[in-house]
Amino acid sequence: MNGSMEFLLWTKGPMFDIALIVFALGLMARLAEIFLLGRAPNYAAPRGKEWHRGLRTLFTRNFPDPGTFQRAPFNVLVGWIWHLGFLVILLFFVPHVELAKGVLGIGWPTLPNPVIDLITGVTLVALIATLVHRLTHPVKRRISTSEDYLVWTLVFLVVLTGYLAYHRLVEPYPLVLGMHILSAELFLIALPFTKLTHIFTAFIARWYNGATFGRKGVQS
Amino acid sequence: MAAPTTLGENLRAQGVSRRGFLKLCAATASMLALPPSMVPRIAHALEATRRPSVIWLSFQECTGCTESLTRSQAPTLDELILDLISLDYHHTLQAAAGEAAELARHQAMEANPGQYLVIVDGSIPGPDANPGFSTIAGHSNYDILMETVANAAAVIAVGSCAAFGGLPAADPNPTGARSVMDLVADKPVVNISGCPPIPMVITGVLVHFLTFGRLPELDEYRRPMAFYGQSIHDRCYRRPFYDRGLFANTFEDEGARKGWCLFRLGCKGPTTYNACATAHWNAGTSWPIQSGHPCLGCSEPSFWDGGGFYEPLSVPTTATATTLLAAAAAGAVVGGATTARAKKQTRNLVAERQPVTVEELEKKL
Repeated sequence: MNGSMEFLLWTKGPMFDIALIVFALGLMARLAEIFLLGRAPNYAAPRGKEWHRGLRTLFTRNFPDPGTFQRAPFNVLVGWIWHLGFLVILLFFVPHVELAKGVLGIGWPTLPNPVIDLITGVTLVALIATLVHRLTHPVKRRISTSEDYLVWTLVFLVVLTGYLAYHRLVEPYPLVLGMHILSAELFLIALPFTKLTHIFTAFIARWYNGATFGRKGVQS
Repeated sequence: MAAPTTLGENLRAQGVSRRGFLKLCAATASMLALPPSMVPRIAHALEATRRPSVIWLSFQECTGCTESLTRSQAPTLDELILDLISLDYHHTLQAAAGEAAELARHQAMEANPGQYLVIVDGSIPGPDANPGFSTIAGHSNYDILMETVANAAAVIAVGSCAAFGGLPAADPNPTGARSVMDLVADKPVVNISGCPPIPMVITGVLVHFLTFGRLPELDEYRRPMAFYGQSIHDRCYRRPFYDRGLFANTFEDEGARKGWCLFRLGCKGPTTYNACATAHWNAGTSWPIQSGHPCLGCSEPSFWDGGGFYEPLSVPTTATATTLLAAAAAGAVVGGATTARAKKQTRNLVAERQPVTVEELEKKL
């Protein structure tokens, strides 16, 4: 008997365990490696403070400098829109908060469903725009690798199946909900081994950048 | 035994008026989503047909399905089920006992070969399981089922145990319980799932079978589309609250008092297909969500193993924070070991490095 309900229960049961284990194990292995290898020792006398600069850069790098925006307004604007949309949907949709509460034991306030729905629509359009841009922009197309397209597909599938499930556009519903959960699981599995790791490493890199410059006493 | 009378005659003998009979036909047509023009056809078919012989087999069950059926408020459609059919064998309801009871079953099978209906409630220990888990008159449930369905016209699995294995088949399934459709391969099987199922649905399927001579359109789980075609969520009167994001967070809060959506309290309505939201229970009085309780999803396969009844639908069934922490700890160990190896390699390379002078290089060139 292999119906839609069995599929849903598989994605909510054994497959979720596998995805969670691969994600946590892979990510921690990579992070531990990054932190334990550390940086080469700097024997020069420090001219400024590391921590202060490092932490400040964590925040300031969220915003591009004016030159970057003038050179690539699309990347900055659309990138911002879909990253923010993705985060808001992930963190503030009621079922997602319930999931966190169920697994981690901590919950937080949520946003009303119609707001999440609107943000999902915007995020989907923005994601499609990034793909079109990647395929049409001559430089971007040259430098894009298969990994870039794989990661785009994973992100897009998670949001698309979520939208389809919320609006119940695929029957039977357990099938589409299972597809959404499975997409999220594939995303989690791929996270430590693709450029998706930047979700965590971007902040480490920012800190190192800021701290290095801070030690030298120059602006970062 | 089925008396050689037509169903119409039998209904009149039971005191059902013509008006009452036509009401049954109209209600059934509407339940099955048939056009009103079908009502005369249903009436004609039911009038003329002989009451079908029905053998009701109860296996690993709690009698809740029969209780639900027989305790429905009279006089309703539900009670008319017993007038529509000639119920020739039913443990709980029949007067006969022991050998006389088993004789009734065999007589019904011999008198109506290929024409009788078998209704099953309860799951069955499969052919590989110990047959001793459930026996009747010294015979295993599996043997009785196979013997009885061999010459049946169709099999109706009533209740989630017969349809999907239900509670007996829940993990770890100690009796090796199986559903009817798992075991009966060569006969049409209809599943009327639910714990218990809506009695009206049983009537609907029987009327459809008597009128058209075939079973109604079924979904992927062999459930009649007319009753299981839409989810509880889609027909729930609390759906507007879900759409607006208004939820009850506990059973005592303002949201619960105002009748808001029960998703956060574990409602399985979104994944559950049944007619509770429209048919209601207890002569149309109410239904679980109307009484303030989340839907358990009792008409779906594996509903006992599908996560806690009060866990929201989005919560994984087995994953815990411990899984996450253990995997993360293992990851840290792996990362540490990789780093240690890399550092050791570097140290070895440094130790074994053979310095080369410019003169030596020039000689080589």
